Amino acid sequence: MEIDAQLIAYLEELSCLILSEREKQRLTDDLREILNSMARLEELNTTGVPERSHPFDNVNAFREDVVQPSLSREHILQNAPAHNSEFFIAPKTVE
Amino acid sequence: MNWESVIGLEVHAELATQSKIFCGCSTAFGQEPNTQVCPVCAGMPGVLPRLNRTAVEYAVRVGLALNCTITRYSKFDRKNYFYPDLPKAYQVSQLYAPICRDGHLAVEVDGTTKIIGIREIHMEEDAGKLIHDAVSDNTLMDFSRCGVPLIEIVTQPDFHSAAEVRTFLMQLREILLYLGVCDCKMQEGSLRADINISVRPEGGELGVRTEMKNLNSFKAIGRAIEYETRRQIQLLESGKQVVQETRRWDDDAGVSYGMRSKESAPEYRYFPEPDLLPIYIDDQWLQSIVENLPEMAEAKRARYMRCWGISALEAATLTSHVYVAQLFEEVAALSRNPMEAAHLVAGEIMRLMNQTDTLPEDLAVDAKKLATLITLVSSAKINRNAYKEAVEAVFIDGVDPEEYIAQRGLRMVSDADAIAEAVAAVITEQRQAVADYRAGQHKALGFLIGQAMRKLQGKGNPALVRKAMLEALE
Repeated sequence: MEIDAQLIAYLEELSCLILSEREKQRLTDDLREILNSMARLEELNTTGVPERSHPFDNVNAFREDVVQPSLSREHILQNAPAHNSEFFIAPKTVE
Repeated sequence: MNWESVIGLEVHAELATQSKIFCGCSTAFGQEPNTQVCPVCAGMPGVLPRLNRTAVEYAVRVGLALNCTITRYSKFDRKNYFYPDLPKAYQVSQLYAPICRDGHLAVEVDGTTKIIGIREIHMEEDAGKLIHDAVSDNTLMDFSRCGVPLIEIVTQPDFHSAAEVRTFLMQLREILLYLGVCDCKMQEGSLRADINISVRPEGGELGVRTEMKNLNSFKAIGRAIEYETRRQIQLLESGKQVVQETRRWDDDAGVSYGMRSKESAPEYRYFPEPDLLPIYIDDQWLQSIVENLPEMAEAKRARYMRCWGISALEAATLTSHVYVAQLFEEVAALSRNPMEAAHLVAGEIMRLMNQTDTLPEDLAVDAKKLATLITLVSSAKINRNAYKEAVEAVFIDGVDPEEYIAQRGLRMVSDADAIAEAVAAVITEQRQAVADYRAGQHKALGFLIGQAMRKLQGKGNPALVRKAMLEALE
Protein backbone atom coordinates (compact mmCIF):
# COMPACT_ATOMS: atom_id res chain seq x y z
CA MET A 1 0.00 0.00 0.00
CA GLU A 2 1.31 3.42 -0.98
CA ILE A 3 1.07 6.11 1.70
CA ASP A 4 0.49 9.29 -0.27
CA ALA A 5 -1.16 12.66 0.28
CA GLN A 6 -4.48 11.36 -0.96
CA LEU A 7 -4.55 8.48 1.54
CA ILE A 8 -3.53 10.80 4.37
CA ALA A 9 -6.40 13.14 3.47
CA TYR A 10 -8.80 10.17 3.49
CA LEU A 11 -7.56 8.98 6.90
CA GLU A 12 -7.85 12.53 8.17
CA GLU A 13 -11.49 12.56 7.18
CA LEU A 14 -12.24 9.07 8.56
CA SER A 15 -10.68 9.83 11.92
CA CYS A 16 -12.19 13.34 12.16
CA LEU A 17 -8.75 14.93 12.67
CA ILE A 18 -7.40 18.19 11.29
CA LEU A 19 -3.66 17.92 10.72
CA SER A 20 -1.07 20.59 10.03
CA GLU A 21 1.34 20.14 7.09
CA ARG A 22 4.09 19.16 9.53
CA GLU A 23 1.88 16.56 11.20
CA LYS A 24 0.89 15.16 7.83
CA GLN A 25 4.52 14.71 6.88
CA ARG A 26 5.34 13.04 10.19
CA LEU A 27 2.34 10.74 9.85
CA THR A 28 3.32 9.81 6.30
CA ASP A 29 6.80 8.82 7.50
CA ASP A 30 5.42 6.91 10.51
CA LEU A 31 2.87 4.98 8.52
CA ARG A 32 5.45 4.04 5.88
CA GLU A 33 7.74 2.73 8.58
CA ILE A 34 4.90 0.77 10.23
CA LEU A 35 3.92 -0.80 6.92
CA ASN A 36 7.54 -1.71 6.21
CA SER A 37 7.82 -3.41 9.60
CA MET A 38 4.58 -5.28 9.08
CA ALA A 39 5.74 -6.36 5.61
CA ARG A 40 8.50 -8.35 7.30
CA LEU A 41 5.77 -10.67 8.66
CA GLU A 42 5.15 -11.84 5.14
CA GLU A 43 8.58 -13.47 5.19
CA LEU A 44 7.29 -15.96 7.79
CA ASN A 45 6.31 -19.38 6.52
CA THR A 46 2.76 -19.92 7.80
CA THR A 47 2.04 -23.13 5.91
CA GLY A 48 0.05 -25.42 8.18
CA VAL A 49 -0.60 -22.71 10.79
CA PRO A 50 -4.37 -22.41 11.29
CA GLU A 51 -5.99 -19.02 10.90
CA ARG A 52 -7.12 -17.45 14.15
CA SER A 53 -8.75 -14.24 15.27
CA HIS A 54 -7.63 -14.07 18.88
CA PRO A 55 -4.24 -14.63 20.51
CA PHE A 56 -5.76 -16.86 23.24
CA ASP A 57 -7.11 -20.37 22.78
CA ASN A 58 -9.93 -19.80 25.28
CA VAL A 59 -13.51 -19.48 24.13
CA ASN A 60 -16.87 -18.74 25.79
CA ALA A 61 -16.13 -16.25 28.55
CA PHE A 62 -19.73 -15.58 29.44
CA ARG A 63 -21.66 -13.80 32.12
CA GLU A 64 -25.12 -14.93 33.17
CA ASP A 65 -28.07 -12.69 32.34
CA VAL A 66 -28.32 -11.00 35.73
CA VAL A 67 -28.89 -7.28 36.24
CA GLN A 68 -26.19 -5.49 38.24
CA PRO A 69 -26.58 -1.96 39.55
CA SER A 70 -25.56 0.77 37.10
CA LEU A 71 -23.52 3.78 38.15
CA SER A 72 -25.52 6.70 39.51
CA ARG A 73 -26.34 9.24 36.86
CA GLU A 74 -24.41 11.91 38.72
CA HIS A 75 -21.30 9.74 38.66
CA ILE A 76 -21.55 8.64 35.07
CA LEU A 77 -22.04 12.21 33.86
CA GLN A 78 -19.28 13.80 35.88
CA ASN A 79 -16.39 12.93 33.54
CA ALA A 80 -18.12 14.28 30.45
CA PRO A 81 -16.80 17.52 29.00
CA ALA A 82 -20.37 18.78 28.80
CA HIS A 83 -23.56 17.60 30.45
CA ASN A 84 -26.70 18.83 32.15
CA SER A 85 -28.47 17.06 35.00
CA GLU A 86 -29.81 14.29 32.73
CA PHE A 87 -27.85 14.10 29.49
CA PHE A 88 -24.40 14.08 27.99
CA ILE A 89 -24.11 17.01 25.60
CA ALA A 90 -22.34 17.02 22.24
CA PRO A 91 -22.14 19.67 19.56
CA LYS A 92 -25.05 19.53 17.14
CA THR A 93 -24.87 16.30 15.16
CA VAL A 94 -26.82 16.42 11.96
CA GLU A 95 -27.95 13.35 10.14
CA MET B 1 -42.08 -0.94 -19.70
CA ASN B 2 -42.91 -3.28 -16.85
CA TRP B 3 -40.84 -2.50 -13.80
CA GLU B 4 -40.09 -4.88 -10.99
CA SER B 5 -38.88 -3.85 -7.55
CA VAL B 6 -36.21 -5.90 -5.81
CA ILE B 7 -36.21 -5.58 -2.04
CA GLY B 8 -34.03 -6.90 0.76
CA LEU B 9 -34.45 -6.30 4.48
CA GLU B 10 -32.24 -5.73 7.48
CA VAL B 11 -34.38 -6.35 10.53
CA HIS B 12 -33.07 -5.27 13.92
CA ALA B 13 -34.59 -6.99 16.93
CA GLU B 14 -33.66 -6.09 20.50
CA LEU B 15 -33.25 -9.28 22.50
CA ALA B 16 -35.45 -9.56 25.58
CA THR B 17 -32.64 -10.27 28.03
CA GLN B 18 -32.76 -8.69 31.49
CA SER B 19 -29.26 -7.24 31.25
CA LYS B 20 -27.20 -5.75 28.43
CA ILE B 21 -25.04 -7.76 26.04
CA PHE B 22 -21.63 -6.93 27.57
CA CYS B 23 -22.43 -5.61 31.07
CA GLY B 24 -24.96 -6.02 33.87
CA CYS B 25 -26.95 -2.82 33.25
CA SER B 26 -30.69 -3.27 32.96
CA THR B 27 -32.34 -3.23 29.52
CA ALA B 28 -35.71 -1.98 30.85
CA PHE B 29 -37.40 0.46 28.49
CA GLY B 30 -38.72 3.89 29.40
CA GLN B 31 -36.54 4.69 32.43
CA GLU B 32 -35.00 8.09 33.20
CA PRO B 33 -32.18 8.97 30.74
CA ASN B 34 -28.66 7.77 31.60
CA THR B 35 -29.75 5.77 34.63
CA GLN B 36 -28.77 2.41 33.06
CA VAL B 37 -25.15 3.17 32.28
CA CYS B 38 -21.92 1.77 33.73
CA PRO B 39 -18.25 2.16 32.80
CA VAL B 40 -18.48 -0.71 30.26
CA CYS B 41 -21.38 0.63 28.20
CA ALA B 42 -20.17 4.22 28.65
CA GLY B 43 -16.97 3.21 26.86
CA MET B 44 -14.60 4.10 29.70
CA PRO B 45 -10.97 3.15 28.99
CA GLY B 46 -9.64 -0.02 30.55
CA VAL B 47 -12.95 -1.84 31.01
CA LEU B 48 -13.57 -5.35 29.75
CA PRO B 49 -16.86 -6.39 28.14
CA ARG B 50 -18.25 -9.82 28.99
CA LEU B 51 -20.77 -11.58 26.79
CA ASN B 52 -24.28 -12.39 28.05
CA ARG B 53 -24.84 -16.13 27.55
CA THR B 54 -28.61 -15.73 27.20
CA ALA B 55 -28.15 -13.27 24.32
CA VAL B 56 -26.21 -15.96 22.43
CA GLU B 57 -28.90 -18.55 23.12
CA TYR B 58 -31.67 -16.21 21.96
CA ALA B 59 -29.81 -15.49 18.72
CA VAL B 60 -29.38 -19.23 18.13
CA ARG B 61 -33.09 -19.79 18.78
CA VAL B 62 -33.92 -17.35 15.99
CA GLY B 63 -31.42 -19.04 13.69
CA LEU B 64 -33.01 -22.43 14.35
CA ALA B 65 -36.53 -21.08 13.75
CA LEU B 66 -35.37 -19.53 10.47
CA ASN B 67 -33.72 -22.76 9.28
CA CYS B 68 -30.20 -21.33 9.47
CA THR B 69 -26.86 -23.07 9.81
CA ILE B 70 -25.57 -22.21 13.27
CA THR B 71 -21.97 -21.02 13.17
CA ARG B 72 -20.13 -23.22 15.66
CA TYR B 73 -17.14 -20.91 15.96
CA SER B 74 -18.35 -17.35 15.88
CA LYS B 75 -16.75 -14.07 16.93
CA PHE B 76 -17.18 -10.33 17.22
CA ASP B 77 -15.69 -7.48 15.22
CA ARG B 78 -15.40 -3.75 15.74
CA LYS B 79 -17.24 -1.44 13.39
CA ASN B 80 -15.59 1.95 13.70
CA TYR B 81 -17.47 5.15 13.09
CA PHE B 82 -17.75 8.68 14.42
CA TYR B 83 -21.24 9.31 15.61
CA PRO B 84 -21.96 10.06 19.24
CA ASP B 85 -24.69 7.41 19.68
CA LEU B 86 -21.99 5.01 20.93
CA PRO B 87 -19.42 6.59 23.22
CA LYS B 88 -16.71 4.08 22.26
CA ALA B 89 -16.66 5.37 18.66
CA TYR B 90 -17.20 1.80 17.50
CA GLN B 91 -19.97 -0.75 17.62
CA VAL B 92 -19.24 -4.33 18.55
CA SER B 93 -20.84 -6.38 15.80
CA GLN B 94 -20.19 -9.52 13.75
CA LEU B 95 -18.87 -9.20 10.21
CA TYR B 96 -16.65 -12.19 9.49
CA ALA B 97 -18.34 -14.99 11.42
CA PRO B 98 -22.00 -14.14 12.17
CA ILE B 99 -23.78 -16.50 14.56
CA CYS B 100 -26.24 -17.86 11.93
CA ARG B 101 -26.16 -18.13 8.15
CA ASP B 102 -28.08 -19.41 5.13
CA GLY B 103 -31.61 -19.81 6.37
CA HIS B 104 -35.05 -19.31 4.90
CA LEU B 105 -38.63 -18.61 5.81
CA ALA B 106 -41.66 -19.68 3.79
CA VAL B 107 -44.31 -16.97 3.62
CA GLU B 108 -47.77 -17.16 2.16
CA VAL B 109 -48.73 -14.20 -0.04
CA ASP B 110 -52.02 -14.18 -1.96
CA GLY B 111 -52.35 -17.93 -1.69
CA THR B 112 -48.88 -18.78 -2.99
CA THR B 113 -45.97 -19.87 -0.84
CA LYS B 114 -42.76 -17.98 -1.32
CA ILE B 115 -39.36 -18.84 0.11
CA ILE B 116 -37.44 -15.84 1.45
CA GLY B 117 -33.72 -16.47 1.92
CA ILE B 118 -32.02 -15.39 5.14
CA ARG B 119 -28.43 -14.42 4.37
CA GLU B 120 -27.28 -14.16 7.98
CA ILE B 121 -28.16 -13.21 11.52
CA HIS B 122 -25.51 -11.37 13.46
CA MET B 123 -25.33 -10.10 17.01
CA GLU B 124 -24.42 -6.57 17.96
CA GLU B 125 -24.95 -3.90 20.59
CA ASP B 126 -27.63 -1.26 20.23
CA ALA B 127 -26.65 2.41 20.20
CA GLY B 128 -27.83 5.25 22.43
CA LYS B 129 -30.48 7.83 21.71
CA LEU B 130 -29.67 11.29 20.44
CA ILE B 131 -32.07 14.13 21.01
CA HIS B 132 -31.71 17.47 19.32
CA ASP B 133 -32.09 20.30 21.81
CA ALA B 134 -33.58 23.22 19.90
CA VAL B 135 -32.91 25.68 22.73
CA SER B 136 -29.14 25.22 22.95
CA ASP B 137 -28.81 23.82 19.41
CA ASN B 138 -26.83 20.92 20.88
CA THR B 139 -27.25 17.17 20.79
CA LEU B 140 -28.31 15.49 24.04
CA MET B 141 -27.16 11.91 24.49
CA ASP B 142 -28.86 9.14 26.45
CA PHE B 143 -26.59 6.09 26.72
CA SER B 144 -29.12 3.85 28.51
CA ARG B 145 -29.82 1.93 25.30
CA CYS B 146 -26.10 1.50 24.48
CA GLY B 147 -25.29 -2.19 24.76
CA VAL B 148 -28.82 -3.56 24.64
CA PRO B 149 -28.38 -6.83 22.73
CA LEU B 150 -29.54 -6.75 19.14
CA ILE B 151 -29.71 -9.23 16.34
CA GLU B 152 -29.72 -8.10 12.75
CA ILE B 153 -31.53 -10.45 10.42
CA VAL B 154 -30.38 -9.89 6.85
CA THR B 155 -32.55 -11.32 4.09
CA GLN B 156 -31.69 -12.03 0.49
CA PRO B 157 -33.20 -9.54 -2.00
CA ASP B 158 -36.10 -11.92 -2.54
CA PHE B 159 -39.06 -9.54 -2.18
CA HIS B 160 -40.87 -7.90 -5.07
CA SER B 161 -43.71 -6.06 -3.37
CA ALA B 162 -44.70 -4.23 -0.23
CA ALA B 163 -47.27 -6.96 0.46
CA GLU B 164 -44.55 -9.64 0.50
CA VAL B 165 -42.43 -7.57 2.88
CA ARG B 166 -45.33 -6.92 5.22
CA THR B 167 -46.35 -10.58 5.31
CA PHE B 168 -42.77 -11.67 5.98
CA LEU B 169 -42.35 -9.14 8.78
CA MET B 170 -45.61 -10.10 10.43
CA GLN B 171 -44.65 -13.76 10.30
CA LEU B 172 -41.15 -13.01 11.59
CA ARG B 173 -42.66 -10.95 14.40
CA GLU B 174 -44.87 -13.87 15.47
CA ILE B 175 -41.85 -16.20 15.42
CA LEU B 176 -39.82 -13.83 17.60
CA LEU B 177 -42.74 -13.47 20.01
CA TYR B 178 -43.31 -17.24 20.23
CA LEU B 179 -39.57 -17.74 20.76
CA GLY B 180 -39.76 -15.27 23.65
CA VAL B 181 -36.62 -13.48 22.43
CA CYS B 182 -38.02 -10.03 21.56
CA ASP B 183 -41.09 -8.07 22.66
CA CYS B 184 -41.39 -6.70 19.09
CA LYS B 185 -42.77 -3.34 20.16
CA MET B 186 -42.15 -1.31 17.03
CA GLN B 187 -43.27 1.91 18.70
CA GLU B 188 -40.53 1.41 21.31
CA GLY B 189 -37.96 0.53 18.66
CA SER B 190 -37.43 -3.05 19.78
CA LEU B 191 -38.18 -4.22 16.22
CA ARG B 192 -37.10 -2.04 13.31
CA ALA B 193 -36.42 -2.59 9.65
CA ASP B 194 -34.14 -0.99 7.10
CA ILE B 195 -35.13 -1.62 3.52
CA ASN B 196 -32.85 -1.95 0.49
CA ILE B 197 -34.75 -1.33 -2.68
CA SER B 198 -34.00 -1.09 -6.39
CA VAL B 199 -36.08 -1.36 -9.54
CA ARG B 200 -35.32 -3.05 -12.84
CA PRO B 201 -37.12 -3.87 -16.06
CA GLU B 202 -38.85 -7.17 -15.33
CA GLY B 203 -36.28 -9.95 -15.37
CA GLY B 204 -33.46 -7.52 -16.26
CA GLU B 205 -30.19 -6.57 -14.57
CA LEU B 206 -30.30 -5.37 -10.96
CA GLY B 207 -30.61 -1.60 -10.65
CA VAL B 208 -28.88 0.81 -8.25
CA ARG B 209 -30.32 0.44 -4.76
CA THR B 210 -31.14 2.87 -2.00
CA GLU B 211 -31.43 2.09 1.68
CA MET B 212 -34.37 3.40 3.72
CA LYS B 213 -34.06 3.85 7.43
CA ASN B 214 -36.36 4.93 10.24
CA LEU B 215 -39.21 2.52 9.53
CA ASN B 216 -41.05 1.74 12.72
CA SER B 217 -44.49 0.52 11.76
CA PHE B 218 -45.87 -1.99 9.26
CA LYS B 219 -47.88 0.80 7.68
CA ALA B 220 -44.82 3.03 7.28
CA ILE B 221 -42.91 0.14 5.70
CA GLY B 222 -45.63 -0.45 3.12
CA ARG B 223 -45.96 3.23 2.26
CA ALA B 224 -42.20 3.76 2.10
CA ILE B 225 -41.71 0.87 -0.32
CA GLU B 226 -44.48 2.09 -2.59
CA TYR B 227 -43.15 5.65 -2.52
CA GLU B 228 -39.55 4.63 -3.19
CA THR B 229 -40.50 2.27 -6.03
CA ARG B 230 -42.46 5.06 -7.72
CA ARG B 231 -39.66 7.58 -7.20
CA GLN B 232 -37.04 5.29 -8.75
CA ILE B 233 -39.26 4.38 -11.72
CA GLN B 234 -39.97 8.06 -12.36
CA LEU B 235 -36.24 8.86 -12.27
CA LEU B 236 -35.39 6.08 -14.72
CA GLU B 237 -38.28 6.81 -17.06
CA SER B 238 -37.22 10.44 -17.32
CA GLY B 239 -33.71 9.32 -18.26
CA LYS B 240 -32.12 10.07 -14.88
CA GLN B 241 -30.10 7.81 -12.60
CA VAL B 242 -30.84 6.41 -9.16
CA VAL B 243 -28.09 7.49 -6.76
CA GLN B 244 -26.91 4.91 -4.24
CA GLU B 245 -27.65 6.55 -0.89
CA THR B 246 -29.30 6.20 2.48
CA ARG B 247 -32.74 7.78 2.64
CA ARG B 248 -34.84 8.68 5.62
CA TRP B 249 -38.57 8.05 5.55
CA ASP B 250 -40.77 10.80 6.96
CA ASP B 251 -44.04 9.03 7.65
CA ASP B 252 -45.98 12.21 8.50
CA ALA B 253 -45.09 13.87 5.20
CA GLY B 254 -45.23 10.58 3.25
CA VAL B 255 -41.89 11.24 1.54
CA SER B 256 -38.30 10.04 1.85
CA TYR B 257 -35.26 12.24 1.50
CA GLY B 258 -31.58 11.53 0.99
CA MET B 259 -29.12 11.78 3.85
CA ARG B 260 -25.35 11.57 4.20
CA SER B 261 -24.82 11.86 0.46
CA LYS B 262 -21.29 13.22 1.10
CA GLU B 263 -19.91 10.04 2.63
CA SER B 264 -22.09 7.71 0.65
CA ALA B 265 -19.74 4.76 0.96
CA PRO B 266 -18.99 4.40 4.67
CA GLU B 267 -15.63 2.95 5.62
CA TYR B 268 -16.06 1.17 8.91
CA ARG B 269 -12.55 -0.27 9.22
CA TYR B 270 -13.79 -3.53 10.75
CA PHE B 271 -11.31 -5.62 12.69
CA PRO B 272 -11.64 -8.55 15.12
CA GLU B 273 -12.73 -7.43 18.59
CA PRO B 274 -9.74 -8.12 20.83
CA ASP B 275 -11.62 -7.70 24.14
CA LEU B 276 -14.00 -10.63 23.56
CA LEU B 277 -13.17 -14.30 23.21
CA PRO B 278 -14.74 -16.26 20.35
CA ILE B 279 -17.97 -18.19 20.90
CA TYR B 280 -17.81 -21.94 20.45
CA ILE B 281 -21.13 -23.78 20.33
CA ASP B 282 -20.57 -27.50 20.76
CA ASP B 283 -23.12 -30.24 20.04
CA GLN B 284 -24.20 -30.48 23.63
CA TRP B 285 -24.94 -26.76 23.99
CA LEU B 286 -26.74 -26.64 20.65
CA GLN B 287 -28.80 -29.67 21.62
CA SER B 288 -29.86 -28.04 24.89
CA ILE B 289 -30.93 -24.88 23.03
CA VAL B 290 -32.98 -27.02 20.64
CA GLU B 291 -34.57 -28.87 23.56
CA ASN B 292 -35.43 -25.63 25.35
CA LEU B 293 -37.06 -23.99 22.34
CA PRO B 294 -40.47 -22.65 23.35
CA GLU B 295 -43.51 -24.27 21.76
CA MET B 296 -44.25 -22.61 18.41
CA ALA B 297 -47.69 -21.91 16.93
CA GLU B 298 -47.86 -25.11 14.89
CA ALA B 299 -47.02 -27.33 17.86
CA LYS B 300 -49.52 -25.48 20.03
CA ARG B 301 -52.28 -25.99 17.44
CA ALA B 302 -51.56 -29.72 17.28
CA ARG B 303 -51.54 -30.00 21.08
CA TYR B 304 -54.82 -28.11 21.51
CA MET B 305 -56.49 -30.42 19.01
CA ARG B 306 -54.93 -33.63 20.28
CA CYS B 307 -55.18 -33.09 24.03
CA TRP B 308 -58.34 -31.07 24.34
CA GLY B 309 -60.33 -31.87 21.22
CA ILE B 310 -60.40 -28.26 20.12
CA SER B 311 -61.42 -27.74 16.49
CA ALA B 312 -58.80 -26.89 13.85
CA LEU B 313 -60.49 -23.56 13.21
CA GLU B 314 -60.49 -22.52 16.86
CA ALA B 315 -56.94 -23.77 17.35
CA ALA B 316 -55.84 -21.60 14.41
CA THR B 317 -57.57 -18.55 15.87
CA LEU B 318 -56.09 -19.15 19.32
CA THR B 319 -52.55 -19.36 17.94
CA SER B 320 -52.85 -16.44 15.53
CA HIS B 321 -51.00 -14.34 18.11
CA VAL B 322 -48.81 -15.53 20.93
CA TYR B 323 -50.55 -13.27 23.46
CA VAL B 324 -53.93 -14.70 22.52
CA ALA B 325 -52.51 -18.22 22.93
CA GLN B 326 -51.06 -17.25 26.31
CA LEU B 327 -54.41 -15.87 27.48
CA PHE B 328 -56.17 -19.00 26.32
CA GLU B 329 -53.72 -21.30 28.11
CA GLU B 330 -54.04 -19.32 31.33
CA VAL B 331 -57.84 -19.34 31.22
CA ALA B 332 -57.85 -23.04 30.34
CA ALA B 333 -55.58 -23.88 33.28
CA LEU B 334 -57.42 -21.71 35.80
CA SER B 335 -60.90 -22.85 34.77
CA ARG B 336 -59.85 -26.47 34.15
CA ASN B 337 -62.17 -26.28 31.19
CA PRO B 338 -60.04 -25.95 28.03
CA MET B 339 -62.96 -26.42 25.63
CA GLU B 340 -65.02 -23.65 27.20
CA ALA B 341 -61.89 -21.45 27.43
CA ALA B 342 -61.24 -22.04 23.71
CA HIS B 343 -64.81 -21.03 22.79
CA LEU B 344 -64.50 -17.93 24.96
CA VAL B 345 -61.12 -16.68 23.73
CA ALA B 346 -61.56 -17.64 20.06
CA GLY B 347 -65.12 -16.29 20.07
CA GLU B 348 -66.15 -13.54 22.43
CA ILE B 349 -62.67 -12.22 23.30
CA MET B 350 -61.61 -12.02 19.64
CA ARG B 351 -64.89 -10.25 18.83
CA LEU B 352 -64.33 -7.74 21.65
CA MET B 353 -60.72 -7.19 20.50
CA ASN B 354 -61.93 -6.36 17.00
CA GLN B 355 -64.74 -4.20 18.28
CA THR B 356 -62.43 -2.16 20.52
CA ASP B 357 -59.39 -2.21 18.18
CA THR B 358 -57.32 -3.92 20.85
CA LEU B 359 -54.00 -5.29 19.60
CA PRO B 360 -52.87 -8.66 20.99
CA GLU B 361 -49.88 -7.01 22.70
CA ASP B 362 -52.25 -4.65 24.53
CA LEU B 363 -54.50 -7.48 25.70
CA ALA B 364 -54.88 -6.76 29.42
CA VAL B 365 -57.94 -8.81 30.36
CA ASP B 366 -57.57 -10.76 33.60
CA ALA B 367 -57.47 -14.51 32.93
CA LYS B 368 -58.57 -15.25 36.50
CA LYS B 369 -61.78 -13.27 36.05
CA LEU B 370 -62.56 -15.03 32.79
CA ALA B 371 -61.94 -18.39 34.43
CA THR B 372 -64.38 -17.45 37.21
CA LEU B 373 -67.06 -16.72 34.62
CA ILE B 374 -66.43 -20.06 32.91
CA THR B 375 -66.89 -21.83 36.23
CA LEU B 376 -70.13 -19.90 36.85
CA VAL B 377 -71.63 -20.68 33.45
CA SER B 378 -70.59 -24.31 33.38
CA SER B 379 -72.02 -24.92 36.86
CA ALA B 380 -75.32 -23.30 35.79
CA LYS B 381 -75.00 -20.34 38.16
CA ILE B 382 -75.45 -17.92 35.24
CA ASN B 383 -76.88 -18.49 31.81
CA ARG B 384 -75.25 -17.81 28.45
CA ASN B 385 -76.68 -14.31 28.06
CA ALA B 386 -75.48 -13.24 31.48
CA TYR B 387 -72.11 -14.88 30.75
CA LYS B 388 -71.70 -12.91 27.55
CA GLU B 389 -72.67 -9.68 29.26
CA ALA B 390 -70.27 -10.28 32.15
CA VAL B 391 -67.39 -11.23 29.82
CA GLU B 392 -67.84 -7.92 28.04
CA ALA B 393 -67.87 -6.01 31.35
CA VAL B 394 -64.69 -7.82 32.44
CA PHE B 395 -63.00 -7.13 29.10
CA ILE B 396 -63.94 -3.47 28.84
CA ASP B 397 -64.14 -2.27 32.46
CA GLY B 398 -62.21 -4.97 34.28
CA VAL B 399 -65.10 -5.50 36.71
CA ASP B 400 -65.05 -8.16 39.41
CA PRO B 401 -67.26 -10.91 37.92
CA GLU B 402 -68.94 -12.08 41.16
CA GLU B 403 -69.73 -8.52 42.21
CA TYR B 404 -70.98 -7.59 38.76
CA ILE B 405 -73.32 -10.59 38.62
CA ALA B 406 -74.67 -9.87 42.09
CA GLN B 407 -75.22 -6.18 41.37
CA ARG B 408 -76.90 -6.81 38.04
CA GLY B 409 -78.97 -9.66 39.44
CA LEU B 410 -77.66 -11.96 36.74
CA ARG B 411 -77.53 -15.09 38.83
CA MET B 412 -79.63 -17.75 37.19
CA VAL B 413 -83.14 -18.40 38.53
CA SER B 414 -83.33 -22.09 39.39
CA ASP B 415 -86.06 -21.57 41.94
CA ALA B 416 -88.81 -24.07 40.96
CA ASP B 417 -91.66 -21.85 42.23
CA ALA B 418 -90.54 -18.77 40.28
CA ILE B 419 -90.16 -20.85 37.13
CA ALA B 420 -93.53 -22.59 37.60
CA GLU B 421 -95.19 -19.18 38.08
CA ALA B 422 -93.69 -17.80 34.88
CA VAL B 423 -94.63 -20.92 32.91
CA ALA B 424 -98.21 -20.87 34.19
CA ALA B 425 -98.60 -17.20 33.24
CA VAL B 426 -97.33 -17.86 29.72
CA ILE B 427 -99.70 -20.80 29.25
CA THR B 428 -102.65 -18.59 30.21
CA GLU B 429 -101.54 -15.66 28.02
CA GLN B 430 -100.42 -17.48 24.88
CA ARG B 431 -103.47 -19.61 24.10
CA GLN B 432 -102.79 -19.70 20.35
CA ALA B 433 -99.23 -20.97 20.71
CA VAL B 434 -100.29 -23.55 23.29
CA ALA B 435 -103.00 -24.79 20.93
CA ASP B 436 -100.48 -24.89 18.04
CA TYR B 437 -98.09 -26.97 20.12
CA ARG B 438 -100.80 -29.38 21.20
CA ALA B 439 -101.84 -29.69 17.55
CA GLY B 440 -98.34 -31.02 16.81
CA GLN B 441 -96.50 -27.82 15.85
CA HIS B 442 -93.47 -28.43 17.99
CA LYS B 443 -91.67 -25.26 16.97
CA ALA B 444 -94.16 -23.34 19.11
CA LEU B 445 -92.25 -24.73 22.12
CA GLY B 446 -89.27 -22.43 21.47
CA PHE B 447 -91.56 -19.41 21.43
CA LEU B 448 -93.24 -20.42 24.69
CA ILE B 449 -89.91 -21.03 26.45
CA GLY B 450 -88.72 -17.65 25.16
CA GLN B 451 -91.78 -15.96 26.66
CA ALA B 452 -91.20 -17.65 30.01
CA MET B 453 -87.53 -16.57 29.97
CA ARG B 454 -88.69 -13.03 29.32
CA LYS B 455 -90.83 -13.12 32.41
CA LEU B 456 -87.73 -14.25 34.32
CA GLN B 457 -85.74 -11.29 32.87
CA GLY B 458 -83.64 -13.71 30.85
CA LYS B 459 -82.16 -15.27 34.00
CA GLY B 460 -84.11 -18.54 34.11
CA ASN B 461 -82.17 -21.76 34.12
CA PRO B 462 -82.86 -22.84 30.50
CA ALA B 463 -82.95 -26.57 31.30
CA LEU B 464 -85.36 -26.11 34.19
CA VAL B 465 -87.60 -23.70 32.25
CA ARG B 466 -87.79 -26.16 29.36
CA LYS B 467 -88.61 -29.04 31.66
CA ALA B 468 -91.32 -27.04 33.48
CA MET B 469 -92.85 -25.87 30.19
CA LEU B 470 -92.99 -29.41 28.77
CA GLU B 471 -94.62 -30.68 31.96
CA ALA B 472 -97.20 -27.88 31.89
CA LEU B 473 -98.04 -28.58 28.26
CA GLU B 474 -98.53 -32.31 28.78
